[in-house]
Amino acid sequence: MGKRLARIGLPYLLLLPALALELLIHLVPMVVGIVMSFKQLTQFFIRDWSAAPWTGLGNYRMSVDINAPVGRSLLNSFWVTCAFTLLAVGLSCLLGTTAAILMQDTFRGRGLLRAAFLLPYALPVYAAVITWSFMFQRDTGLVNHVLHDQLHLTSDRPFWLLGDNSFTALVTVSVWRSWPFAFLTLTAGLQNIPRELYEAAAMDGAGIWQQIRRITLPALRPVNQVLVLVLFLWTFNDFNTPYVLFGKSAPEAADLISIHIYQSSFVTWNFGAGSAMSVLLLLFLLLVTAVYLFLTSRRRDADA
Amino acid sequence: MRTNRIAAATALVAALTLTATACGGGSSSSGSGDNSSPRTLTYWASNQGTSLDNDKQVLEPELRKFEQQTGIKVRLEVVPWSDLLNRILAATASGQGPDVLNIGNTWSASLQATGALLPFDEATFAKIGGKDRFLPSTIASAGAAGKDPAAVPLYSLAYGLYYNKKLFQQPGIATPPATWDELVADGKKLTKDGKYGLAVEGGNVSENVHHAFVLGKQHGADFFDAAGKPRFDSPEAVAAVKQYVDLIAKDRIAAPGNAEYSANQSVTDFAGGKAAMLMWQAAGTSLKAHGMNPEDYGVAPVPLPAGATGGKAVTSMVAGINLSVFRNTKNLDGSLQFVKFMTSTEEQKILNGTYGSLPPVKDAQSDAAFSTPELKVLSNVLGSSAAALPQVANESQFETLVGTAVKSLLAAAAAGKAVTDDTVKAELTKAQQQMPAS
Amino acid sequence: MLRPPPSFRWTRRILLTLLSVFTLTPVFVMLSSSLKPLQDVQGPFRWIPSGITLRPYLDIWKTVPLAKYFVNSLIVSVSSTVCSVLIAILAAYAVSRYRFRGRRLFTVTVLSTQMFPGILFLLPLFLIFVNIGNSTGVALYGSRGGLILTYLTFSLPFSIWMLVGYFDSIPRDLDEAALVDGCSPVGTLLRIVVPAAVPGIVAVSVYSFMTAWGEVLFASVMTNDTTRTLAVGLQGYSTQTDVYWNQVMAASLVVSVPVVAGFLLLQRYLVAGLTAGAVK
Repeated sequence: MGKRLARIGLPYLLLLPALALELLIHLVPMVVGIVMSFKQLTQFFIRDWSAAPWTGLGNYRMSVDINAPVGRSLLNSFWVTCAFTLLAVGLSCLLGTTAAILMQDTFRGRGLLRAAFLLPYALPVYAAVITWSFMFQRDTGLVNHVLHDQLHLTSDRPFWLLGDNSFTALVTVSVWRSWPFAFLTLTAGLQNIPRELYEAAAMDGAGIWQQIRRITLPALRPVNQVLVLVLFLWTFNDFNTPYVLFGKSAPEAADLISIHIYQSSFVTWNFGAGSAMSVLLLLFLLLVTAVYLFLTSRRRDADA
Repeated sequence: MRTNRIAAATALVAALTLTATACGGGSSSSGSGDNSSPRTLTYWASNQGTSLDNDKQVLEPELRKFEQQTGIKVRLEVVPWSDLLNRILAATASGQGPDVLNIGNTWSASLQATGALLPFDEATFAKIGGKDRFLPSTIASAGAAGKDPAAVPLYSLAYGLYYNKKLFQQPGIATPPATWDELVADGKKLTKDGKYGLAVEGGNVSENVHHAFVLGKQHGADFFDAAGKPRFDSPEAVAAVKQYVDLIAKDRIAAPGNAEYSANQSVTDFAGGKAAMLMWQAAGTSLKAHGMNPEDYGVAPVPLPAGATGGKAVTSMVAGINLSVFRNTKNLDGSLQFVKFMTSTEEQKILNGTYGSLPPVKDAQSDAAFSTPELKVLSNVLGSSAAALPQVANESQFETLVGTAVKSLLAAAAAGKAVTDDTVKAELTKAQQQMPAS
Repeated sequence: MLRPPPSFRWTRRILLTLLSVFTLTPVFVMLSSSLKPLQDVQGPFRWIPSGITLRPYLDIWKTVPLAKYFVNSLIVSVSSTVCSVLIAILAAYAVSRYRFRGRRLFTVTVLSTQMFPGILFLLPLFLIFVNIGNSTGVALYGSRGGLILTYLTFSLPFSIWMLVGYFDSIPRDLDEAALVDGCSPVGTLLRIVVPAAVPGIVAVSVYSFMTAWGEVLFASVMTNDTTRTLAVGLQGYSTQTDVYWNQVMAASLVVSVPVVAGFLLLQRYLVAGLTAGAVK
């Protein structure tokens, strides 16, 4: 009897540490965050926030009222984040796939090149992004030196960390940072493709480009499905890159939602509104993930 | 399935129980200070010197003096400016903070509103030697009018116009500009061969808002009305901000690249002779660190519009650092002793002398160390033509929002976009609408 | 793919060269700027420095207490990695080898925490830490312990998910044989499953370590001057008087070396780990 109980209890026992920590660090704070989003938690109440008055849906109404500046700038930030995420994830996957396929079979220097390609992923975020911000300086940076002084592509030195170009700068840094992860994952995915498939295709007279199109790309589809989701979540929530690149007030064109919420809560000291915005963001991410998983699993079923 | 629901319910109950305790905790920490830990103090200093380490080297010997006098050991932490406000907020929310801390004096009213700082009423002031020891203008920047100050002034600063004497000689400019028309005219003469008339720190939100405030005063604009309501986009405020942005946009006497400066590159440019003028608060020590001799530059008050008098004759904000006592301190008496020590005439001379700032304590200011040409000018400015930033609870939001608006206007100007009254007004209106209702 | 044709080889050369330039330029800038004198990095960019100096590498330790931050980062990152991986192994073993009630709920819950915006729980977590500190005396706020706890849960969901995939790929016959031989479930985990899963475990460890080593947001609120980590400490090079770009670059390089070296040494495990884990 005791043994039976032990057997049933064992998996729960094994899960206990993970579960306890997730509760403590993620779930409980999330619940607290949701509670805060219904409160008028401004600087007058942060000292004793249980005394802050309830506002019901006030914070949410303010966040989604697109006719008022707060809602409008949140909406702008949302679109910026969507465009940024689409571009960054798309380009990262494209570069990652290209590099993984091109480096599938051995050639001289492949090991070295692979190590070089993985560098951006291995570098600590702030070290890498600080370097980029140095390169993007208008008067002293490498980017303008090459574009303006050496290639004469621009009539004047553009700003990269201010104004509309900051979006380009942000996407560049983000792609630079995350394409190696795509490359790494896809390289791993390629190793699951049996060699015989290629040999058989070669026997049938398929050229290398056909082999890539017919064998490699379809075989990478399931890997890509996972990869896109993971990259999407990381990129959409990315805080470190814009924070190190632009500091506490990002230009409007690069006002990612994570920075926007940070500013709403920590710079203007309205933690209730910040929490409400975070909750909206979370709901959006849950929705996207659910729809994505639903669509991809249905397609996988259809494929099978 | 049933077990699933039970598991979910259990998780929820656990979560809510923990939440309830979390909610309760906040109130337990809102008590006032006591003397339960009389032997030690924690002091958060702001970064005043050339590095965090430099600050430690300056402050440690003084703290040892204090320990010898009182037997109280002070644990020092120098907090970088980038972290300071967040750390204070965290301390406020948790009730776990330092005993004594430095704050930017413009934050005084905002932090006062949180209730986290000990109010300095008459009795408290008496314990540190009285209110009269301080210059009145510096006390005015220590909290909202009509309330007991939330801090006492520690280091005072004011803006001055720094000009490069050698560069002024070449086109034969004899005296520093006293009006804005003169400044722009001189600036145009000086802007040539890759050099510029003026350097501005356009990417720095605080610098922007300070200049916007002073120019606003000169145009007769108040960013808050008498009832404390924001009035960012009045025609006067628009004119003030436009005048500042025009330094890059229309007058072109500041380099477009300045719009990006946020790490004191304008001081570097001035020290390196790339710009002939600079509006800065007590730049002396920084300029020295960059290898510029005090003989090579002169200091004058920031220009005024021609004929400005009275409330419009403002050339600087009252800048500076205040010293506060955290209300939750466990060593109330020791904290006040420490404030008294730091604001004593003796320490004021040493510390302000090292940092190149002005002592807000009257007795200390008469010392010879503060009668250099630079500090004399700044001291006069502080005494006669400086105004404190609005002391309202939403001041820090005002700084961020208006400073950011000016930053994006400067960026637009530097990128060659037209900056008109309408675009300035639109940015300021947007900033005003984002102010929290209070 | 056998004997690629010239068209493919040329495409490969061109594309890989372009990618290398894109990837390596910042690394080059970091390295070259760290060797330049201060006036070179403050003036217009130059490919060839006016002089080469090792001064920045000496100065970085004085401008900010880099060594202290380094030790803090090391303690925090190593501890959170070790704990996170141990906990993830236990949880992944349970999910992979047992069919129990609530299994799906657990997986979904843990995975969904991956998508929480950090900003949502920064302040609540901070308050909870403070409350735990007030009621139990265990200092979590401002201590390395609090940071370790936080970081280990950041990498936990991804680690569990990867390891479940990896454990699933290890033939079940192996541990069933061990169980029949009288091994306890924990013994089986330690003697059979863990040794077979080394690449997956290494991959997860590297991921955890890097997550902890690079985090900025929580570190900036939850540390003080004795527990500050590198991610926050590096901001100290922009001081009241100057941005010491050459020192920033030198310090960035120095703090990158341990992670990059470890990463490159272990990268073949990473590929192997991902092959069996995430990619299935």
